[in-house]
Formats: sequence, structure tokens, C-alpha cells
Amino acid sequence: MIKIKNISKTFGDKTVLSGISGEFEKGKTNLIIGSSGTGKSVLLKCIVGLFQPDTGSVFFDLRNFTEADKEMKSEIRREIGMLFQGGALFDSKNVEENVMFPLDILTRMNPEEKIERVNFCLKRVGLEGVNKKKPSEISGGMKKRVGIARAIVNNPNYLFCDEPNSGLDPQTSILIDELIMEITHEFDITTVVVTHDMNSVLGIGEKIMFLYKGSKLWEGSNNDLTHSGVKELDDFVFTNKVMRSLKGS
Amino acid sequence: MKGFGRYVIFLGSLFVRRESFKTYYNLTLEECIQIGLKSVLLFMLVSTFMGAVTTIQTAANLVSPFVPRFVIAQVVREMTVLELAPTIMAVIFAGKVGSSMAGGLGTMRITEQIDALEVMGINASSYLVLPKIIAALLMYPLLVIVSGVCAILGGYIVGSLTGALTPTEYIYGIRYTFNPYFITFALTKSFTFAFLISSISSFKGYFTNGGALEVGIASTNAVTTSIIAVLLSDYFLAYLLL
Repeated sequence: MIKIKNISKTFGDKTVLSGISGEFEKGKTNLIIGSSGTGKSVLLKCIVGLFQPDTGSVFFDLRNFTEADKEMKSEIRREIGMLFQGGALFDSKNVEENVMFPLDILTRMNPEEKIERVNFCLKRVGLEGVNKKKPSEISGGMKKRVGIARAIVNNPNYLFCDEPNSGLDPQTSILIDELIMEITHEFDITTVVVTHDMNSVLGIGEKIMFLYKGSKLWEGSNNDLTHSGVKELDDFVFTNKVMRSLKGS
Repeated sequence: MKGFGRYVIFLGSLFVRRESFKTYYNLTLEECIQIGLKSVLLFMLVSTFMGAVTTIQTAANLVSPFVPRFVIAQVVREMTVLELAPTIMAVIFAGKVGSSMAGGLGTMRITEQIDALEVMGINASSYLVLPKIIAALLMYPLLVIVSGVCAILGGYIVGSLTGALTPTEYIYGIRYTFNPYFITFALTKSFTFAFLISSISSFKGYFTNGGALEVGIASTNAVTTSIIAVLLSDYFLAYLLL
């Protein structure tokens, strides 16, 4: 479980996040949703330590990450897997080397064990036979799947996904969403997904946090999403025609 | 001053939370190939022509019958060892290697590859930049030596072919009143320039913000800042060491 308390972040004189608190539960896909520019990605980066919040704390299973010393931070980071918006695969390495990278750096596995683990993870995300391809030779959806394989290769306790289906076609988006959800349940990890895609929200949002202009306005499950009573959330949810027609019926 | 402060902090960050020696060893070898081996041909080509041109121009200017012709070779030697090989090649090194370092790191930054390293608990600046600086420190002095040899050879070939001076005169001039300290001076300069170019270019690339346009700007800034730093340090080193 991940707990955040009173997270605030400003850039210059612009307040991006103000006093956000909440919990992300283990074994569930926890979603942070909101329109573009509401601070979702900044919140995610504050949680994983890429940004230092101005105020507040982040707790990974009661361990205070924000105030932890370097060793503790390193230890917690080794339990984190993250899928970035564009995949963030290393251009100079092929698919196999990309997925193996965390094992090379963070473990003392022998080469055979590493290959076995890499192949298992690539198989798990539905990618076989692409081990030797460079990131530039595979599609956007495949890059995301390689990113997921790299994120789970070191058996993380926490999985973070930043806009996992941005730039993907609807079918591939659903595949990626389902994969994230399956992995969360299969490995019983705490998953936090940042998205503004309503298909994802309805499909995999077991616990949802809605951000609006840098503040948390609502928290709940996808069952309660359509009758939250929060105007800003309704405006966000019922933006597209399909959702509006559902509301009408 | 703020930029300089960030540069100093950046340099300090290279030496904390380092990975294993083996990791750096492999990365440094890869960088040596990128920085050194892949630059050798360009350095040889440019140096050979510079030596050749220096010989022809010096010969064209030394028209007095009272100046012996071997002086041409002496001028070529001094110019090559003191300036052409370490300093002019540093400008080329900044253009080729410095821009590549800044562009590579800038692209890694905007495509979140650096963030990915940080999330894994890796000190990205140390992991990515330290091998580049070490490789530059190892390879640039070697490139300067290769460059010096090629420039002197270029002068020899052109001097002989054009009849500006005989091979015997050229070799005599090259050896005449040779001061070995100038080699030490040239190598000291090459170590300094290698450090400045690799660290400044990495710094510019590492802190790129934005998109493709900013990566281009970072590369340009890396080259211009490196060249200015090289020329300034060239002056101070000459003032202090000669």
C-alpha cells in the first residue's frame, strides 16, 4: 500500500499540486485521473521521487520515502517498476537488453537466470521472438509492452504507469489496460496508473482519485464514478458522446 | 554564476551513489570506442592537411635567403605541438564528440530515459556521464598524439613533393632545438580540454528541457560553451606553464 499525505508542489509561482492526500491499495489498479494539466503526472513523479514535493510525505508500506535516507530510498526504489508514457526504452539497447537492464544493475543473477527471467516477462506481456530488435524497430504498442516487461522483471511491489495507452489505437489500449490489471492481480502488487482515458477508467479503475486544478476532488471506485455528484468530475466523465448517451439512458 | 554553480553541483553528483566498478568499466570501454576510435579517421585527415598547409604557407612566407629551409619544419613542429594538435583539434572534438554527447543525453532526457534510470535507483548522472568524461580523458590525449604525428607527416609529404624542402632538411628541422617540455605542455592541455568539453557538453545535454528543438539548442550551446572554455583555458595554461 502507498499512502500520500498533504502533497504540494509549485514550479516558480505556479501551484501544480496543493495538499493531496490519499491511499493506493495493494492488489488493485489505482487510477489518478483528470484533464490535461491538472498535475497527475507531477503527482506520480512526486510519489516515485523524480520530483521532491514542497510539502507532504509519501509512505511505501509505512516507510516514509520522502524523508528516507539515500540507502532506504535506494531500497524502496528497487521495489518500484515504472512504465513511462513513451516507454522510455534505451535506444542503444535491444529489447532483451532493455528488459534485462534492471537485473544487470540491481541483482546478482547469473546470465542464464537473467535470460530465463527476461523471456518469462516478455512471454507474459505477449512478446516473443523480438528479443534482438531495437526499440526503433517495434511499434508503439510493443514498446509499451516491453516497458511493462522491464517494469515487472525485478518483481516489483509497486507498479506505476504514466498514461500507458497514450498514442495507441483503442484495441491495443484495451490490451495494455488488461495486461496491467492482470499483472496487478497475478503478482499482488500496488499499481498506480495515471490516465485521462475513460475506457481505462471504466475498464480497470478499481480505485480512482480525481484531480482538478491540482487538488483532489473525489475518490472512489468506477462503480460510483457516474453518480459522484461532483460537477467537475461529471464534466470530465461525460465529455464524450458515448458517455453522454449512457447518462441520458 | 547560477549556471556555473549548477555545473559544479553536477560534477559533484557524478561521484556519489556510484554503481559497481564492472558497470563503469564496460560503459567506459563503449565510450572509448564512440569517442576515440570513431574519431581517429577524422583527426588523421584534418591533421595531415593542416600539417601540409602549414608547410606550404610557411615555405611561401620564408623567402629570405638568410633563413635556412629547415626552419619550415621547425615552425610546423612548434605550431603542431603547441597549438594545432591540442587546441584546434579540441574545437573539432567539441564539434564532433561534444555535440553528440549533448544531443544523446538531451534526447534521453526528453524521452524520459533518464527518469527511468532514476526510478530504478540509479544515479543517472554518474551512470551516464562519468564514463564519458573518463573515456574523453583517456582518448583525447591519444587523439592529440595521433594528430601531431599526422600533421608532421603531412608536412613531410607535401614538403618533399612540392620541393619546398628536402626530406633531410625536414627531419633536421623537426629535431632541431626540440624541447620535450612542449610535449608535456600539449598533453596537459589535452587533458584539460578533454575534461572541459566532455563535462560541459554532458551538463548541457543532461539538463535539456522541452523537445527536439531544445535538444538542438543544447547541442549548439554545448559546442559554443566548450570552445569558449577551451580558448580561455588555453590562454591561462600558456600563461602559467610557458
